[in-house]
Amino acid sequence: MALPDSPRTAVSNPPTQGFIENLGPGDVIKRSATDRLPPPQRQLTPVAKLIDVSKCIGCKACQSACIEWNDTHPEMEDNVGVYMNPHDLTPDMFTLMRFAEWDNPDTGNLEWLIRKDGCMHCSEPGCLEACPSPGAIVQYSNGIVDFNHDNCIGCGYCIKGCPFDIPRVSKTDHKAYKCTLCSDRVAVGQGPACAKACPTQAITFGTKEDMKTLAAERIVDLKSRGFENAGLYDPEGVGGTHVMYVLHHADKPHIYSGLADKPRVSPVVHAWKGVTKTAGLTAMGLAAVAALAHGLFARANKVTAEDDTHARDFLDGKEPGERP
Amino acid sequence: MSDAEPVESGDEILPGNPPRVVRYRGATRLNHWITAAAMVLLILSGVAMFWSPAFFLTALFGGGQTARFLHPWIGLILVASFALLARQFWRGNLWNRTDLDWMVHIGDLMQGREEKMPEVDKFNAGQKFVFWSMALLILAMLATGVVIWEQYFGGMTSIPIQREALLVHWLCASLIILVLIVHVYAAIWVRGSFDAMIRGWVSAGWAWRHHRLWFRRLAARSADRGDARV
Repeated sequence: MALPDSPRTAVSNPPTQGFIENLGPGDVIKRSATDRLPPPQRQLTPVAKLIDVSKCIGCKACQSACIEWNDTHPEMEDNVGVYMNPHDLTPDMFTLMRFAEWDNPDTGNLEWLIRKDGCMHCSEPGCLEACPSPGAIVQYSNGIVDFNHDNCIGCGYCIKGCPFDIPRVSKTDHKAYKCTLCSDRVAVGQGPACAKACPTQAITFGTKEDMKTLAAERIVDLKSRGFENAGLYDPEGVGGTHVMYVLHHADKPHIYSGLADKPRVSPVVHAWKGVTKTAGLTAMGLAAVAALAHGLFARANKVTAEDDTHARDFLDGKEPGERP
Repeated sequence: MSDAEPVESGDEILPGNPPRVVRYRGATRLNHWITAAAMVLLILSGVAMFWSPAFFLTALFGGGQTARFLHPWIGLILVASFALLARQFWRGNLWNRTDLDWMVHIGDLMQGREEKMPEVDKFNAGQKFVFWSMALLILAMLATGVVIWEQYFGGMTSIPIQREALLVHWLCASLIILVLIVHVYAAIWVRGSFDAMIRGWVSAGWAWRHHRLWFRRLAARSADRGDARV
């Protein structure tokens, strides 16, 4: 049997059989601020993390696993009356359980909607489009979007590019941070730490195809239990994502702590990095060429001997030679 | 018209052979070149952070992180030095009817027929255009620049506003560069202009040719004061 090119699950212990180590430079399909990228050496099987919101119990094991694997140190914060902790995604907290209480008008039930927030690993990443630093953001052929902190300049453009409000710039080292989909684990055949830690398997990991199949089964189950609008969140507007949700109310993602209903990279960002960029740079080039051409081919505007004489005559109180 | 407009206090005709005309004081020139240096540094670091083929320019500043850090501070230096310049220059740059006439005849100027142009005071319509566009664009750059200054103001505005600020910052930057091309080119093409901003004075012939109204007013003023003529 051929060796797998990406892990099929997060549940197993470290693989005992051989594994093709991946996510090297030859697996990069998009690179920030890089126009001519050499074609990837191979196509890896697309992977995805599936977060089944209906199975989440809000234990935050995923957050703990994330902190542990990535060796981050989120600040201790005060409890402000909600379970969410810390208060938001931070440069040290790449994933966050967001808790929402929703009054279902159809059933009269109060539903506790818990969504694990974090990078969605978009197929068309706005962060990568906005990033000005070559190679600070890359996308691999298996779909993972990763930040390379050696190249990050801390401008925060990724924050503006992102349609999900995910990246955070550190006040300490001035670099942007977000979920890596545990690229350093996936590269050696292991699933993401959060998925491995999840006690209910609300978080699962595998090929994107497998995850869609699993999601379809879950959606059938949820529909049979009365959640007729259950569905998969894999938004088209960003070309699909490599982190997907199973939502019991897929018709209104916004009730899950403001998940975007129709996410897409803002047209303002497209205009900034697209048409106005081309137009502006072209105009500058043309103006410079026009100035150069006029400078080379038109006569310089020089003071003539006549001007000097007239000026002197004028100062002497004489009538300078008349000019029209 | 010209009597109501105070002449720059430092401007005067220096008798001698050849006669010279003082155009910009030392402080003004220093300030102008501080603004210019800041502008060059801003363009280099700004273009580096926007146009990937120019990213290597960040090396001039010690790398991407330092370029990103320095850019807004250099911007503040430019705003301060330009504000001082503007305080001195704005009155001389007020628009008047002659300027329209001048603009209409700009083709004559470019083709070397300056004698067809109306007499010009200290600043011609082209210079006024450069002044006012720079003033407006620098204000817009300041406003949008603060919004996208991640290090200190990152969380103070909403992300949609920051996106718009990024776009406007770039649009204004490209306009500033276009105006700058006009400004620098005009200074090179009109020979003797650089001298005005470097050593501070121009020849009487230059003043007669390009800013005759200004020259006449200076002469009238020295006559009033009873200065010796050449």
